[in-house]
Amino acid sequence: MATTRILEWLGRLYIWLLLAFLYLPIIIMALMSFNVSPFYQLPFEWTTEWYGSLWQNDQLIAATRNSIEIAIITTVICVVLGSAASLALFRYEFRGKKFLQALLFPPIAIPWLITGTAMLIFFFGVGIGRGLFAILLGHVALALPYVIVVVSARLQTFAPELEEAARSLGANQWQVTRRVTLPWIMPGVIAGGLFAFAVSFDQFVVSYFLATPGQTTLPVEIYAAIRKGFTPEINAVSTIIIVVSMALMLLTARFFKFGGEK
Amino acid sequence: MAGVQVSNVSRSFGAHKALDDVSIDFADGGFYALLGPSGSGKTTLLRQIAGFDFPDSGRISIGGESVERVPVEKRRIGMVFQNYALFPNMSVADNVAFGLSVRGEAKVVIATEVQRALDLVQLGTLGARRPHQLSGGQRQRVALARAIVTKPRVLLLDEPLGALDKALRVDMQIELKRIQREIGITTIFVTHDQEEALTMSDRVGILRDGRLVQEGPPEEIYDRPKTEFAATFLGDANIFRGDSTGNGIRLPDGTAIEAGAGPTLAAGAKASCAVRPERIGIATDTGAPDTTNDNVLKGQVSKRIFAGNNSTYFVERAGQTLKVIVQNTGADRLAEGQEVVLRWSPESTVLLPAG
Repeated sequence: MATTRILEWLGRLYIWLLLAFLYLPIIIMALMSFNVSPFYQLPFEWTTEWYGSLWQNDQLIAATRNSIEIAIITTVICVVLGSAASLALFRYEFRGKKFLQALLFPPIAIPWLITGTAMLIFFFGVGIGRGLFAILLGHVALALPYVIVVVSARLQTFAPELEEAARSLGANQWQVTRRVTLPWIMPGVIAGGLFAFAVSFDQFVVSYFLATPGQTTLPVEIYAAIRKGFTPEINAVSTIIIVVSMALMLLTARFFKFGGEK
Repeated sequence: MAGVQVSNVSRSFGAHKALDDVSIDFADGGFYALLGPSGSGKTTLLRQIAGFDFPDSGRISIGGESVERVPVEKRRIGMVFQNYALFPNMSVADNVAFGLSVRGEAKVVIATEVQRALDLVQLGTLGARRPHQLSGGQRQRVALARAIVTKPRVLLLDEPLGALDKALRVDMQIELKRIQREIGITTIFVTHDQEEALTMSDRVGILRDGRLVQEGPPEEIYDRPKTEFAATFLGDANIFRGDSTGNGIRLPDGTAIEAGAGPTLAAGAKASCAVRPERIGIATDTGAPDTTNDNVLKGQVSKRIFAGNNSTYFVERAGQTLKVIVQNTGADRLAEGQEVVLRWSPESTVLLPAG
């Protein structure tokens, strides 16, 4: 009995240590974004000054707007292309299908540094060069496999007889997709979209390679700012990003259930 | 409503011949069972009639109209799937309404027709439920209502009762038959369950390895099978193999078995005889048997299985195990190990070509 209780206690301690390890740096940063001292001096004195000056920082705001816009456009493109690709892979048998499916996974595993270098060279080679459009293309390429993987996983739980049943009742391809297949895969589509948004919004390496001084994204801008000299504004913007990212991830967890029933 | 004609339909998947020159005439308003073991091509045939797949050669017509290249959504058929395939994101009523809705029928018409279909399958009050809130039997009824609400020309059922437990299955057999009679729709029913085929259908087609083995009313196939396969697949049968004597066979040990039915076969050719277990009389061995008209064999009871209303005796005879089913009349039961005489009339014996 006593041993069980000790084990239980140790287990709980372990979880708390793990959570502390994950969240302590973030919490400290968030707290410091509300501290008067720019040099992490204690005692803690409450202020929203840094959030105020963040508002005055045009460069940071422009970069934030770029990041959000690129993330949204990336999400829309990836969700449409990715869902369509998943449906095609699910419905049709064609030559080289297995090979194509296998090719979808390596981009997820290849280090972003290498992908970024390759994209930079390629975009220069074909005349696209650097800038926001190049960043958008890069983000779509990075996020697309995630959407396909997530939507395909959801499709694995879809019974093909449902499409056959719909067709036997006179529904054409579009009606089948819209009224039977899409409602079923919607949780996967939403989860895939949130993944795509997160991949794009958090993306640093590829964006850094493809950004130009005027056309940059928030993570790249933060990195540049830190190199020039640390300011508590960075804490403030980081805190905002963390809140938004965590909200997104919680939404993802809500919608994304591999093989789960509704 | 319409009859369905399948003429010389063949379909191969790679080297595998799933259907090999199959022709069947499904009469208008009839209830037809396609019976066969798995891999016999019965489901492939149903999918050809439905339009999910097209034949390599041959013709299929529904109501006199050639449809072998018409896709399923344009064939005006109703289909019930093995696992029902109800749309999980829709209510029962929306499931049933689907076929009318994709056709663009008016909302008022849809509501009336859906209610009528649900009433027909006795689920009139469950329209608002979701499929996962229903029992297996209820899902089955929803699937049926959904398939018939569009007034299809033919109703196709792919092992629709396979997922139900035994008691419910018997109920649904009766129910399905009632609904089919009520709306008078041509119905084609795929099953591997011989009992289902016997009890429900007007006609049965037995398939094996993509070929139609025999086709006809269930009584005819049961009483007059044309092959050993048909005899053993639809019901139980004792098969004797030997040389044809013209109107029967001679077993290797010289015993003659006279057959009252079957084709005329050249004497001396390899042939077999089929006898149903319930047609054989069994009695204790009381000396010299009277062989006036009947076929008579001696054997020894090796096993008895008591099933309440009847008993099945397994009788060993010249290395062959014969099966005899005896109604429970309260008469003396035979013990295992007992010497017995089996006796049955030539009319109960069907001569079959070898193979």
